[in-house]
Amino acid sequence: MRENDVILQTVSKIAVFIILTFGVYLFLAGHHNPGGGFIGGLTLSSAFVLLYLSFDVETVNAGIPLDYKKVAALGVLIAVLTGMGSLLFGSSFLSQTFAYFDLPIFGKTELATVVLFESGVALGVIGVVVTIMISISEDV
Amino acid sequence: MNNILVFPMVLPIIAGVLLLFFRSNPNIQRWGSILTMIVVFLISLWILQQVMIQGILRLDFGEWLPPFGITFVADAFAMLLVTASSLVSILCLLYAAFAKDEKREHFFLYPFLLLLVAGVNGSFLTGDLFNLFVCFEVMLLASYVLMTLGGEKKQLTEGIKYILINILSSWLFLLGMAYLYGTLGTLNMAHLSVRIAEAGQPPLLTTISILFLVVFSLKAGLVLYFWLPGSYGALPTAVSALFAALLTKVGVYALFRFFTLLFYHEPSVTHTMIGWMAIATMVGGSLGAIAYKDIRKIAAYNVVIAIGFILVGLASFNYEAIQGSIYYLIHDILLKGMLFLLIGTVIYVSGKTRLDQASGLIANYPLFGWMFLIMLLSLGGIPPFSGFAGKLLIGQGAIGAQEYVMVATAFLSSLFVLYSLLRIFLNMFWGETSIRLKDQMHLSKGTLAPLLILAVLTTGLGLGMGILAPYVSEAANVLMNPELYIEKALNHK
Repeated sequence: MRENDVILQTVSKIAVFIILTFGVYLFLAGHHNPGGGFIGGLTLSSAFVLLYLSFDVETVNAGIPLDYKKVAALGVLIAVLTGMGSLLFGSSFLSQTFAYFDLPIFGKTELATVVLFESGVALGVIGVVVTIMISISEDV
Repeated sequence: MNNILVFPMVLPIIAGVLLLFFRSNPNIQRWGSILTMIVVFLISLWILQQVMIQGILRLDFGEWLPPFGITFVADAFAMLLVTASSLVSILCLLYAAFAKDEKREHFFLYPFLLLLVAGVNGSFLTGDLFNLFVCFEVMLLASYVLMTLGGEKKQLTEGIKYILINILSSWLFLLGMAYLYGTLGTLNMAHLSVRIAEAGQPPLLTTISILFLVVFSLKAGLVLYFWLPGSYGALPTAVSALFAALLTKVGVYALFRFFTLLFYHEPSVTHTMIGWMAIATMVGGSLGAIAYKDIRKIAAYNVVIAIGFILVGLASFNYEAIQGSIYYLIHDILLKGMLFLLIGTVIYVSGKTRLDQASGLIANYPLFGWMFLIMLLSLGGIPPFSGFAGKLLIGQGAIGAQEYVMVATAFLSSLFVLYSLLRIFLNMFWGETSIRLKDQMHLSKGTLAPLLILAVLTTGLGLGMGILAPYVSEAANVLMNPELYIEKALNHK
């Protein structure tokens, strides 16, 4: 018999969006303040874990059909390849650069290549954390 | 700026990650990983040539200058080891490709083998202590997976011991680094060396160096080898060959770097300790090698003896002995791979793990039997093969350092190596055939190919030692003169 978890599910539906927003905020804040790909990725993956806890694995997998092992692999690939990207411009491995652009809504914005690297890190963290969580849940 | 230096580490990582997307196709996994390692091998050969022409090369990651950024530093010693380990991993992968262990292949055998090699190559190349720790961890995490991949009961019991002992040693490694950073305020190896030299290595630093000695002894299996025979015996053939060839050698490499580049001011304390530890290792390894009838145990204790033997060179701490150690290290990377591949193949064809349970295999598989003989002669240090030069130079160096106990133990341990392997050869290969010719397992050409290549290599290296000589003397020169390394690793052009 399933226990009644209406309250948990209702709260999660809202909380997940707050966590996801906070995760993205942390990810972007990492350029100058505490945060970054690793911490942002951990926060984002906690939203996934909350979904898995309040709904069951099948429901969530039907809604988000991702192979998280491949998400992790993609993340590592992005991180390493952005490191290699600097080789094309004749700089050392892992060199990063940034510039200021005038964007329509944001105005003068700093765009840095390190965001690409960090997005790889974030995807790697999400992939690994969710894979670990799912495989632990399969054991029980 | 020498971006090429990062390729021996990054290429296996990229290939390993890409292979994760081709899980269902074993052929892409097999040949993709072999192709990657061939490319890595060729690149390492090229870098080795460049090091001989231009001197020590350095790459600053992200253009952060040392001692603030992370650097990769390639000297002849590091590049010789990168080249040898890439070569032996090609051959182990080739063996794995023909062994077709589909259960393990489906669970990412090749990606993890590639990540293991990436960690090993990174450890050889890095010029930063924390980065060395990270590369160690990359290598160890991959090895944890490979250790337990397949989930056989024996693997899991040995795996938990292996993981615990390595977590302990990693923790001590981190602790040692914290002490070092606390006292010297840097983790760049060249910068550390400068500061230790300025301070004259007071007792406090010597104590820290002994902590590192313990850490790397655990990894290398110097005295603290109790975890080694069990865990190596539980692995599938190709993986055990790669473990035997590479993992302990990384610990040996770290010991050489530490006690020639950083802590070389108090050899009467540290190097004497290493000497006694090497003697204890050789004695313990020799006893183990003749005590067991399980051929996997015998092979594992042979790894232990070789570690002790190589470190006799470091303990003697003169130019000849260090040269001998480098020769022997290269030889041992290749030959321990070969030993484990041969032992695994013996178990595969005979179905037995004890040396008294099968006999006369040479009648069933003549070529295979002769390769076993070549391997055992080479490991014993018999002249035409590659073990000879290393043994000779280590012996000369140790006599030059007047370490007669070490010399005697070292050469006695060689006899034990020869005896323990001859025992396998006489029992399992000679005598009456225990397997009828029509019942025998088929040994494919693909399985024999990596063994044959290794046999040719050990003979070729033995006869053509002159080819290696300039590289080895350059490597030994840098190890004995740390200021050469520091100048290239720290200067701001």
